Amino acid sequence: MVALAPSDFRTPPNLTGVQVNIGAVSHQFELEGAPLPVLDRVSFAVEPGQFVALLGPSGCGKSTLLRLLAGLDHPTSGSLRVDGEEIGDPDPSRILVFQDPTLFPWRTVWENVALGLEAQGIIRTGGDRVDAALRLVGLDGFEKAYPHQLSGGMAQRVALARALVNDPRLLLLDEPLGKLDSLTRLTMQAELVALWQKAGMTAILVTHDVEEALFLTQRVLVFGPRPAQIVADIPVDLPYPRHRGDPRLGELRRVALQHLGLAATW
Amino acid sequence: MTAIESNDTAFSAARATSAQSGRRSARFWRTGAVAAALWLGSAAVIEFWPEIIPAPYGRELAILSVLIAALLVLVLTTGFLLGKTAIWVRYYGPWFAVAAVGLGIWEMLTAKLAVLPVPFFSSPQGILEVYIDDWARLGESVLHSVLLLAKGYFFGAVVGFTTGVTIGWSRAAGYWVHPILRLIGPLPATAWLPLSFFIFPSSGSASVFLIALATAFPVTILTWSGIASVNRDYYDIARTLGASRWFLIFKVAIPAALPHVFVGLFMGLGTSFAVLVVAEMLGVKAGLGWYLQWAQGWAAYANMYAALIVMALMCSSLITILFRIRDRVLSWQKGLVRW
Ligand SMILES: Nc1ncnc2c1ncn2[C@@H]1O[C@H](COP(=O)(O)OP(=O)(O)OP(=O)(O)O)[C@@H](O)[C@H]1O
Ligand SMILES: [Mg+2]
Repeated sequence: MVALAPSDFRTPPNLTGVQVNIGAVSHQFELEGAPLPVLDRVSFAVEPGQFVALLGPSGCGKSTLLRLLAGLDHPTSGSLRVDGEEIGDPDPSRILVFQDPTLFPWRTVWENVALGLEAQGIIRTGGDRVDAALRLVGLDGFEKAYPHQLSGGMAQRVALARALVNDPRLLLLDEPLGKLDSLTRLTMQAELVALWQKAGMTAILVTHDVEEALFLTQRVLVFGPRPAQIVADIPVDLPYPRHRGDPRLGELRRVALQHLGLAATW
Repeated sequence: MTAIESNDTAFSAARATSAQSGRRSARFWRTGAVAAALWLGSAAVIEFWPEIIPAPYGRELAILSVLIAALLVLVLTTGFLLGKTAIWVRYYGPWFAVAAVGLGIWEMLTAKLAVLPVPFFSSPQGILEVYIDDWARLGESVLHSVLLLAKGYFFGAVVGFTTGVTIGWSRAAGYWVHPILRLIGPLPATAWLPLSFFIFPSSGSASVFLIALATAFPVTILTWSGIASVNRDYYDIARTLGASRWFLIFKVAIPAALPHVFVGLFMGLGTSFAVLVVAEMLGVKAGLGWYLQWAQGWAAYANMYAALIVMALMCSSLITILFRIRDRVLSWQKGLVRW
């Protein structure tokens, strides 16, 4: 893995994180004719540049919420605003990194990362941004490889690079490190923090891993079981760089697990 | 996708193993020796056993057999020095042996013993005679056939692909085209023969139309199903990255559907052969189909067999070409599916 040199990944200085306002968002799916409520009047706000984690039981609606924020789906009711504007269609300023890397198998690693720039018609001038993003995730040298020639962790890193190359102002991460081995995972965690600090975007991270949420983010929102409501809003008032052995993290961990209904294990 | 496999697969596997074991080249190639002996045997039968039904070119056929035996001996003695040719010859060694036996038996049943009645069966030298004496007309027929097929196949593939993409993408287009496809598609293209010869100004354009029709149907259906089965996540990802509709069609849907499209192209090529022959027999009065018809009319069965062999070679070469194109276009699939 590479260390972050300042020249590695430049973001235009005028690009900063967005403010996110979610007001009483409810969403329901249709499952075999019966309505399946997934989100129940969820409301919260994220300050510009804040790094927030969403924690909750499996199937509670975290991915659904991220899809709404990306503009891929629209809520049954309620409002989602970015910088005061209602979210409409998907936009490259808000990028979602999916739970599965879902790389395009017919494109090389380089071409996969270049996807966004190509779609926006700026690939001609942005080629070196692709190289920089690949360097950032430690995959330089694999430009010409096809996705099936990568390991699961490498594929996930390509998916990350594919998002980062667009300089998103809102980065939505759906368990981006879920498939990585624990060693790569630790390194990538540190890099995510470094990346967020440097780019200054607003970031929302969905994870199952309580330690990861606490180590990375400034604030952990805990969801209850479906239909999801926010059951706790835990500020992580620790400066970066953080240390995994910090006793305060242990305390917060206990609090978070309690809200997840796992207090018995402690 | 595994159903469609180029016949080169086994061959390249064999190439890999023979390249690995250098010792193998040093070992005596027994199959080759047997095959060479069998070819010499066939040559002897052809040359020295008197014919009941005399035919010219018996000598030439014997010489050809000796040449094949010589090639086998050459490969046998030089090991893998001849490169790809040697590997190919060695891989098909057993086939060489069996072919020699087959030729010998055929020769005996026809020219030597006349067990198989003339003129319905032809001796090997009878077919050789056709190639030597009638190659100009045969060659011209092949040319006509290939040109006609190329025109029809090209239009059919283009129309089928475009239609498939359109109905795969647009609900409205699908609404109007599906019923038509379902109704007309399964009809064999040759059923349109009388109508198309009536409608089109020339039998040539009518034949092109029929071949195009036969090609277009499978290409349409498979392109459509390819587009319809594209993973929805691909679209979601492209959309969050700022993709336009145009981008979604040409950079996501079509590349993802291409493996299916190629299945359709292969199927279309198969059906277009059948239509080609019929169209030539009944319409255009040129090409291999017409040659077959003509040979049959004159009871020139040797010519018919000769033309059939040429036709088989033509069809399999065209399929090989399509395989090569697929291997290039879908090279990213290598290692993803059984190639
Ligand atoms: N397209 C859909 N149609 C019907 N139901 C859906 C659809 N997408 C999601 N759901 C349902 O919505 C619920 C929430 O799904 P979601 O993917 O948001 O969960 P999640 O919190 O991300 O879970 P996990 O942590 O396991 O990824 C699930 O019960 C799922 O069955
Ligand atoms: Mg999820």
